[in-house]
Parts: sequence; structure tokens; C-alpha cells
Amino acid sequence: MPEGRPRVGLFVTCLVDMMRPSVGFAAVKLLESAGCSVEVPQAQTCCGQPAYNSGDRADTRALAEQTIKAFQGFDYVVAPSGSCAAMIKEHYPTLFDTDPEWKDRAEDLAGRTWELVSFLTDLRGMTAVDSRFAGKVTYHDSCSGLRELGIQAQPRQLLQTIPGVELTEMVERDVCCGFGGTFCVKYADISNKIVTAKTDHILASGADTLLAGDLGCLMNMAGKLQRRGAAIEVRHVAEVLADMTDQPAIGQPARRRA
Amino acid sequence: MQSTSRDFKDNARAALANQTLQKAMKHVKTGFIDKRAKARDRLPEFDDLRDASRDIKDHTLANLDFYLERYEEKVIASGGQVHWAPTAEDARKTVLDICRRVDARVVTKGKSMISEEIALNQAMEEAGLDVVETDLGEYIIQLRKEPPSHIIAPAVHLTKEQVEADFRHHHRELPPERPLSEPLQLVAEARQMLRRRFLEADVGITGANFLVAETGTSIIVTNEGNGDLTQTLPRVHIVVASLEKVVPNLEDVSTILRVLARSATGQEFSSYTTFSTGPRRPDDPDGPEEYHVILLDNGRSNMLGGQFQDMLRCIRCGACMNHCPVYHAVGGHAYGWVYPGPMGAVLTPNLIGVDEAGHLPNASTFCGRCEAVCPMRIPLPKMMRHWREREFERHLSPTAVRAGLAVWAFFARRPKLYHVAMGLQARLLGYFGRASGRFDALPFARGWTKHRDFPAPEGRTFQQLWAEKQSGKAPR
Repeated sequence: MPEGRPRVGLFVTCLVDMMRPSVGFAAVKLLESAGCSVEVPQAQTCCGQPAYNSGDRADTRALAEQTIKAFQGFDYVVAPSGSCAAMIKEHYPTLFDTDPEWKDRAEDLAGRTWELVSFLTDLRGMTAVDSRFAGKVTYHDSCSGLRELGIQAQPRQLLQTIPGVELTEMVERDVCCGFGGTFCVKYADISNKIVTAKTDHILASGADTLLAGDLGCLMNMAGKLQRRGAAIEVRHVAEVLADMTDQPAIGQPARRRA
Repeated sequence: MQSTSRDFKDNARAALANQTLQKAMKHVKTGFIDKRAKARDRLPEFDDLRDASRDIKDHTLANLDFYLERYEEKVIASGGQVHWAPTAEDARKTVLDICRRVDARVVTKGKSMISEEIALNQAMEEAGLDVVETDLGEYIIQLRKEPPSHIIAPAVHLTKEQVEADFRHHHRELPPERPLSEPLQLVAEARQMLRRRFLEADVGITGANFLVAETGTSIIVTNEGNGDLTQTLPRVHIVVASLEKVVPNLEDVSTILRVLARSATGQEFSSYTTFSTGPRRPDDPDGPEEYHVILLDNGRSNMLGGQFQDMLRCIRCGACMNHCPVYHAVGGHAYGWVYPGPMGAVLTPNLIGVDEAGHLPNASTFCGRCEAVCPMRIPLPKMMRHWREREFERHLSPTAVRAGLAVWAFFARRPKLYHVAMGLQARLLGYFGRASGRFDALPFARGWTKHRDFPAPEGRTFQQLWAEKQSGKAPR
């Protein structure tokens, strides 16, 4: 580990950038409280998964090269998403099998890249957070983070150090929510069936707050819960860990100014 | 079998609306998964055995010609015959020729996916043969004239009420007032109906879970004992199996057997694991007079050395579909051909073409649960992605998808322009969505808003806010 304050480049992710910047600021706060200095390269956009999972190798590779260049020189690259982090960590190196120079650079980046919560616990040794959040919380394990990066215990460990949090697990917590990137619009009816089952389990858990580590899954589940008229609040886990929950929950109206 | 994979979306929609099917599918979602998890937890070396099994198949596939030739030699040495069938047509013709030569009238069958793949029943029935499926699930779907919906549980899409109705309809010779609502009563009735057919059969056809190069043995793994009666009672036993079923020796079989049943049904071992080596010998008390193996290629040798070779490790346990949220949602018939679920999404385009089966590798969320449970560690999502790449290269992917992707990529590859565009979009959607916090309809996201609300963005992008914050911090 580098001496002193490691320099972390925040990979914001396209969804957090566009939809919910407060998750990005929560990530910055957590990283700084873990002793890191955080920078946000402007030359980043998206990790390339929409192209990659649609079979478009040329655009995937172009975006990978763009990301690799944007994050040169940082000690670590951290993303508030298991899916985007896994894209960089697990998939970028496979894009350059015929190009040793870029493959080296991709592997170098992969070795420095982390998902936010596991970075805090596994690399920075964070064991507790300081948050006043109170609620009965259920946590959805997003697929890429869970199965490609092994993230399951880490967010729960940190959540359990918040005095006001009561964790109540749903059944099939590790089963896909039906988002799947473009899948949810290409196969909308199947996606709907899967997210209906998922939201059944969320509601049966008795929780008042649903958390997860990936905004795509969260938007899918929040959208379905709200379509069903459920009052449960949906947030990215970083907001709760950073004690930054002043923003309305995902899909909730802006609070009126007093 | 005629494929309807092109109609996957319509098939899926019909399946989602079919309440009886949805009721039947609930059992897949719970039963198989819990049982596999328990079986795995009871065996600490389970994951090591998965590695070993993968390595055995990789070695075999790297030396497939060698092991197949050895296997053939051993079958011949034990008095059997091997018929090489490059295509489904060749395989069907060979079976029919044998049946004709031995003057067969009744043919019993053990469960075989290869038989489904080559549409053997149809060919035999057209040739005037009386064909009887003897696996309970296969027997039921034969009565219903349906294809299997699962590779190890062919009738898993049915409820027991449907099976009762089928039995009452087809078994007219039995008393109409008999009780038939319990699974055990259904099983007993099927057994009663089948027993006579076993004894009438002239030819018995089975598949094979393994072909052993060292000994020339074919092995079937079953739970009902029907396979044993199928292959020992008739005068002729025909094994239909694909090339990649071969393994070097019995030691290898023992290793893979330890992960097979656990992955499939959660059993430590299936009720019957039956080894067949050649026809009846002079001193044997029973067994067939003739033993034939039909070795089917049907496109598999094209997979060797390419992006899809790993798929040839598959041992047809069904764990991938048992754990697949898409399979749970739509069942096996929606996939439109013989092999459903994740293994079908990879294998089917190899066998009938990606033009025909292009939907299957696309209809996946890439949740990765299939790969996580595959006993042979087949990278199923990766190979589905390879199919998507081929479709993209050949311009087979839908025009709307390609156009949307092109616009998105144009911006995503130009960060400065991208940030301006995202800033405008966030502002616009944030402005209109602010009051309610979400949209219940969006013209460019109908696929999303048909079923769920779309959350409104906060109104500014992270990059904009971050830049402001940084300039605020800068020295004046």
C-alpha cells in the first residue's frame, strides 16, 4: 500500500453522474474518512458495459482505452458500483488479447480498481462508520458485485455498526432483480416478472428501506416498488454509510423548501 | 424438431400469461436449488471436484480423436458396433436401418436428449414403429405430444392435475373412478402401463451420460430404473450419444459422477448408475443380442478449437436452468428448441445457427448464477456474449438497438461533449420530474415505463457539481 494518503481516482459511473450525484459525494466522503485523497478525472464517461454486452467490441475497446488513460497515475480507482468495477477489473484485460501493450495497461488498471464498500473494508480496513441513519433495512446483493467480486459480507458489516440500523434479510437476496442493463428494455416482460418476484421478497422482509450497491438495480427495484404503490425508501448503500440521506430517496419528490 | 426460437419473445409472453405454467414453475425455483445447496455443503471437496471434472473434460476434448478411436476399438472388442453419424439425418437413418433389419415393431426408449435433438421419435413413428418413452416425464410429454421443457425433468412445466387429466384421457382401459390425484398413484399407473411394453419391445434405445474409452462402456444415470429395463430386455440395445460424452477411463467417470447428481437433483448419487459393455455374452443370464452405439456429431466438431469449445464439457445436469431467473420466468418451451436455459442459450446457436436462435444468448441478465453453479465451470455468460458479438458483427442485432448504441457511443467516446449532453439531460428530466420524483411514462423509455416508474434525476450531474466545488475551493 502506498505511504501516506493514497490518491484515489473516483470512477463516478454514468448512472451516478447523471441520475444521483449525491451517491458520488457520499463515496467521496467515505473515501476521505478512510484517509484517501480523492480526485475525479473529467475524461471519464461510462465503463462501456452497454456496448460490451451488446456485442459491440469496437466501442467497448475505445471506452476501455479512454478509461485506462483517464485513470493513469492513481494509486487506486474506486467505483460506487460492483458492476462497473467488475467491468474494469475482470473484463477490460480480456479486451486486449491481441495487443500486449494495451493488455498490460488494462491489467495494471484492473489491479488498482475496487468497488467502493469492499475497498473501504478489505483494503482500508474500515470496521465501522459514523452514521445517524435509522431504519429497518434490507440489502440486495447485486449480481456482478456478488459473483465477480465476492461482495456480500462487507456492506452488511458496516451497516451493522450503525446504531439505528436494523438489518432484515429478504429471501433470495442473492437473486437477480431483473435489471441486466439493456435486458430490462429488450426483454421488458421477462424483466418485469423477475423484478415483481424481487419486490415481493423486499415487501415481505418488512423493511422500510432497501439498499444495494448498484444504481441500475436500485432504479429498477425503486421503479417497480413505486409502480406498485409501496412506500419503502430506496437508496444506495453509500448514502447511508456516509450519513448523507438529506436527498429524497430514489424516485421520491424533492422536498419543499420551508 | 422444428425450432420456434425466432419467436422467443412471443413464446415468453405467452408463458408469462400462462397461470398453470407459472404455478408449475414455482417448484423449479425452490426444490432443485435448496437440494443442490445442501448436497454441496455436505461435501467439502465439492469445488475441487468441479475443477478436477473440468480438467478431465478439457484433456479429453484436446485429445478427442484419440479417445473416440480407442472407445470404438473397445466397443468392437466387446462385440458391439459403433456407427459414426455426422448429422442428425445419418443418426436417424442408422436407427431405422437397424430396426428394419431386426424386424422391430415395438421400440422402448430411456430418456435421451440426443434423441430429442435428432427428432428420432417422429422418424420412427413415420416408419411405422410403435415407440414408447419409459421415463415418467418423457412418457407424459409423449402422451401430450410435447417436447421436453427441461433437460433432466422433461415434464417440469406441468402440474400434477394436468398429468392426472392426461392419464385419464389416454388410459381409457382403466376404471374411470380410480383415485389418481396423488403423485404416487400417478407413478404406479405409469409403471403398470409401461411394464407390458418393456416385455413387448424388440429394440431398446437409451442415451449415455458417459462413454468410457478404456473399456468401451456406455453409462446411464437414472432414478426410475426404466433405463435398465429398456436396455436389457429387448433383443437389440441402441445407444445414441454425442461425441463429447467420451471420457478416458472409469476413474474419470467416478470423479464426474460425484458432481453430476449433486448438481442436478441434490442427490449424492442417482438411484441407478448402469454400465453397459457390449451385447450379452454366452454365459450372461440376460442382455441384448446386439449392442449398437450411434456417435453423433451434428455440428459439435466445429466447436472444437473455437470460442465455444468449453460448452462441450457440459454433462447435462440442468443446474444452470434450475438457477436461471429467466428460465424460472418463462419455462423451457419458450426457448423454442431442444435445449433451454443458459446451456441452451450457448449450445442451440451452435447447432441450429445464430440466425435462428439469436434471441437465446440475448435473453440473459448476465447475473452469472449459471456459471456459479455449473459443475464443469463452463463460462456461460462469456459465451453468450460471444454470440452477441457475432450477431453485432453480422448486423443481425435489431436496428433500433444498433442505432441507439451508436448515438450513445458517439457521446460516450467524447467526454467533453458527453458531460454537456448529460448536464442538459439531467437538467431537463430533473426539472420535469422534480415535483413527483419520478415518471410513469417516458416516450424514449417505454420498455422501462411499461412496467415500472423511472426515477427523476437530481437535476445536476456529479461532474458539474464537482467542478463547482473544486473552483470554490481554488485560491482566489
